[in-house]
Amino acid sequence: MTLRSLSFWFGASIVGFFLVIAVIGPWIAPYGESEAAGDVWLPFSHEFLLGTDSLGRDVLSRLLYGTRTTISIALIATLLSFAIGMTLGFTAAVMGGFVDQIISRAVDVLMSIPMLIFALVVLALLPSSAVILILVMAILDSTRVFRLARALALDIAVMDYVEAARLRGEGLGWVMRREVLPNALPPLISEFGLRFCFIILFLSAVSFLGVGVQPPQADWGGMVRENANAIGFGLVLPLIPAGAIFALTIAVNLLVDWQLSRSGLKRVR
Amino acid sequence: MNGVVRLILHRLALGALTLLAVSLVIFVGTEILPGDVAEAVLGQGATEETVNNLRKLLGLDLPAHIRYLQWLGSLLQGDLGTSLTTGKPVIEMIAPRLENTLFLAGTAALVAVPLAIGLGLVAARFQGSWLDKTISISTLAAISMPEFFVGYILIFVFAVKLRWLPSLAKLSPSMPLGDKLVLIILPCATLTLVVLAHMMRMTRAAVINVMSSPYVEMAELKGATASRIVMWHALPNALAPIITVVVLNLAYLIVGVVVVEVVFVYPGVGQLMVDNVAKRDLPVVQACGLVFAGTYTLLNMIADILSTLANPRLRHPK
Repeated sequence: MTLRSLSFWFGASIVGFFLVIAVIGPWIAPYGESEAAGDVWLPFSHEFLLGTDSLGRDVLSRLLYGTRTTISIALIATLLSFAIGMTLGFTAAVMGGFVDQIISRAVDVLMSIPMLIFALVVLALLPSSAVILILVMAILDSTRVFRLARALALDIAVMDYVEAARLRGEGLGWVMRREVLPNALPPLISEFGLRFCFIILFLSAVSFLGVGVQPPQADWGGMVRENANAIGFGLVLPLIPAGAIFALTIAVNLLVDWQLSRSGLKRVR
Repeated sequence: MNGVVRLILHRLALGALTLLAVSLVIFVGTEILPGDVAEAVLGQGATEETVNNLRKLLGLDLPAHIRYLQWLGSLLQGDLGTSLTTGKPVIEMIAPRLENTLFLAGTAALVAVPLAIGLGLVAARFQGSWLDKTISISTLAAISMPEFFVGYILIFVFAVKLRWLPSLAKLSPSMPLGDKLVLIILPCATLTLVVLAHMMRMTRAAVINVMSSPYVEMAELKGATASRIVMWHALPNALAPIITVVVLNLAYLIVGVVVVEVVFVYPGVGQLMVDNVAKRDLPVVQACGLVFAGTYTLLNMIADILSTLANPRLRHPK
């Protein structure tokens, strides 16, 4: 077995594991998501495999519930980000001219503000809900997708087969879906993995700062925030959800590397 | 030389325009959202009358474009408005915090930049060695690691288990510099670890890229030593991309500092911003956002200008 396929299987099994947990987690959780099941900060035991948190809730159960919350919010936000970014990117590239200028300049301005800072400013005013969180992340992140999608589509839009399709009289939507999309797909797939990682890290940071997923709902970043004090007492509690974030992102990165080298692409950063 | 000056002036003008756009976006970002500040501050229990009074007090009854111009005008005079919760001028709240944040980010940069370039050069010199491989693996780990994970691991090991360093960095203005430096060792190390790997990898890539050019082969054939080739032939030509990466990572540092400040309870602008997001104190949040976004824009501009200066080819635009 080569190192490359080894890192693929390593990455794939971790990602697979987390996806399965995201689906069945809440069913196999020994306690409820916000159920005060025991004393505060109990150590690892048979009863509480990962101990209890600052409110006496079972850490393992919250981690299982949190996996579903974190992964589903991040996944929906990434999908939405790609839907917005790809649509606008392809449109800008295929239509060019005035439309391209307007969208591109708007994206430039949005990208000149760091995403976390922008999100903090906006989330300071908006009510806290999962839908708004997803929308904010998807819109801000779609600027990055837009840049890539537009650059890819610009290269494809000058190809003869696109010209032929247009001369045939195919509509804009048809050209984007049938000619541009299939040819832009391989780099976009690896970008999807990277953006998903970025959104997981971003969501965790926002939740850690207290403006993301709101308690009592569990998510990984929020769990780190809730249990931050435990570290001062020598407990590894906040490191457990933080470690889960790390494990998932590194696994997705391994898959992205594998996909990139398989399709002969180079990693940009 | 004239061309360089023109190019830089052009970039400066573009930077000023970006700053203006950033201020507009921050203003509009808080403007077009449903509900307004008065409602957000007073909460749901407020009567129509109190909401209207606060609106008048904040000038929210004026049309949006007039408010933006007023806000921008006082901004240019250094007036960042008044905090809704403390009643103090925002500038007084931010100024000491900004000093702390720049102290932390600056120290981290002083450690991280020379270290990253040095290690990157060594990795390029000994391509394929164990050091080189360690660097590429640690890059993958570094981009997958949330800042708070790094921070809490460092706290756990060095403050809780070994008891070598304090876990919280509660700085006060009266402290002597030595004490302050001891307090920021851990937050500084966290920031350094977060940006180090990326800078190292890009330095290595930039140097290796140059190493494949004909004049490097020429130097090799001439019998120059590998270290001399890296330092004299490759490094000066790889400078432009390295500068860009360094400054971009400094810009990243400015954002990463928010999370790190919260982890270490460090009295900086990031902590101030997060606290006031929770209190929904909009003028403070806007001002902090502006400070961060402005610094970010400025650093990006400096990156562009420096890389123009470092690369003769970019000095002569077509």
